[in-house]
Amino acid sequence: MRYLSSDEVKQLEVKANSIRQSIIEMLSEAGSGHTAGPLDMADVFTLLYFGILKHDPKNPDWEERDRVILSNGHICPVLYATLAHAGYFDVEELLTLRKFGSRLQGHPHKGALPGIETSSGPLGSGLSQAVGMAIAERMNNQFSSKFFYCLTGDGELQEGQIWEAAMLAGKEKLHNLIIIVDRNGFQIDGYTQDVMPMEPLAEKFEAFNFDVQEVDGHSMRALNDAIGKAQAVYSQPSVIIAHTIGSKGVDVFERDFRWHGNPPGKGPEDRVPKDEQAKVALEKLRTLAGLIDKDNHA
Amino acid sequence: MFAEHLNDNLKNGGEVDKAPTRNGYGEGLLEAGKRDDRVVALCCDLTESTRTHLFAEAFPERFVQVGIAEQNLASVGSGMAAMGKIPFISSYAMFSPGRSWEQIRTTICYNNSNVKIVGAHAGVSVGPDGATHQAVEDMAIMRALPNMIVVAPADEHEARKVALAAAKHEGPIYFRLGRSATPVVTTPESPFEIGKAELMFKRDESLEQKVGIISTGSLLYNALKAAEALQADGIGASVLHMATVKPLDTEAVIEFAKEHGSIVTVEEHQKIGGLGSAVAETLSENYPTKMARVGVDDVFGESGEPDELIENFGMGVGSIVEAGKSLT
Repeated sequence: MRYLSSDEVKQLEVKANSIRQSIIEMLSEAGSGHTAGPLDMADVFTLLYFGILKHDPKNPDWEERDRVILSNGHICPVLYATLAHAGYFDVEELLTLRKFGSRLQGHPHKGALPGIETSSGPLGSGLSQAVGMAIAERMNNQFSSKFFYCLTGDGELQEGQIWEAAMLAGKEKLHNLIIIVDRNGFQIDGYTQDVMPMEPLAEKFEAFNFDVQEVDGHSMRALNDAIGKAQAVYSQPSVIIAHTIGSKGVDVFERDFRWHGNPPGKGPEDRVPKDEQAKVALEKLRTLAGLIDKDNHA
Repeated sequence: MFAEHLNDNLKNGGEVDKAPTRNGYGEGLLEAGKRDDRVVALCCDLTESTRTHLFAEAFPERFVQVGIAEQNLASVGSGMAAMGKIPFISSYAMFSPGRSWEQIRTTICYNNSNVKIVGAHAGVSVGPDGATHQAVEDMAIMRALPNMIVVAPADEHEARKVALAAAKHEGPIYFRLGRSATPVVTTPESPFEIGKAELMFKRDESLEQKVGIISTGSLLYNALKAAEALQADGIGASVLHMATVKPLDTEAVIEFAKEHGSIVTVEEHQKIGGLGSAVAETLSENYPTKMARVGVDDVFGESGEPDELIENFGMGVGSIVEAGKSLT
């Protein structure tokens, strides 16, 4: 496991903030799409692509790369923004999200854009694919150090297929599989605990023979430590339940499930009028919600 | 007149051996596995029944027992293909693709993933298990998917060839197999190529009236018997075997329609969405031709013996003859 210095943590946090700004800009330009999940997973994505993964943005098909399988495809703005910031393609292209002819489809399409490992959107099937990849890799190379990071939502875990896949992962003792759950506690229709309670979630995964960790999904250090530990577990697949705050980074959008499926400009109006939502969100991010003077922030 | 490469007993009017198409698949999969070590097999607790056990016993390290979880089966297959494997995923057609259509659509077809979907126990000839296990909609739901190929082999020899061709083909393919033993009409020498129709019986050109029969799957035998019967009744009849329902060999279909003037399609599948629909779509756009479709008529199957079900659901030799006569 590699420890992060304070400087590295700071750099990652600044990067995550830039990625969040891109997410707001692209969603606002697209006029549709999901806001809460992409914002709350920005820290996880930043850490993965700028601190954890073996990958090469200039050679996206590099055979030895780790794989990131986005199972909850609807949070793709954070994947696209992170890939662009990591150098897979130009940041300017982010503004084509969801437009006709764009490589940035409303939900990811494998082959359309470098760095996309699978098409996803219909929930629950990404984990199965990650399991298939991890099994195939072990067939190819018993001593492989390649990891398969499957990112899922928490509402997504209501899909039966997730547990079919989890059963197989447990049976096959897929040590190279690491699931990271975005545990923001809500989904389109409301709070997960009301729509379909997922707790006790850790115990569910334990019962399926996973190594389970619960962490603060916004702490670079906590996430880094958890991923490091998951990599070191050899006898089981791992799941990291990342507790996140929906819409993290834009305080006036945070913790409100109505931001799950709406872009800035079309979200709930009680805290910010629709036509100011994108502007306010960018301002909040640039100034870290007023903590710093935006004019002096690089 | 029968095509030269067909079973001699068939040509001589003798007794034709029977074997289930799934047997040919099992042999073909094993052979494909020997030829290419990227071939892997996955199954949902039906290993022997789908004849995947031959491969599983020869290559245990390349076999994944997924348990009773067909949605997972499809997407795990897609994941393995993403890592360079050539997965054959087998179950009963009613469950895969029956239960896993969306997973096949998104994770196999939209990804253009190199997965081979094998649906055993297709058709009413599954027999005593009844309607819940008789897939007669599988070709319709697979045919609607971009990137997908749909094949229904005629007998065990052709099923073996389909398995080998599927392993070589780059991309998704679905093929269906039967449970019960059906006549072995072709021989190891009979040609098979994905997407290519094969003329199996050529009409007696001295007869003035004529009809063209296009069949798929193991009903080829009934189609051939019906052609003989029609000719005995003075109607020239040919049989074009359409193992590949998608992509349809449209050139062969149009030529066949031009040659015969009327077409009967024969399939052990719903009339909606299968071979009959595919042929009708092609002909109505290119060469409108009078047609009759032999198949399951928008109903569910039921328990019974395979042969009596084929008869009772209107796919027996008599039904094909009747359909042919209705057009002349």
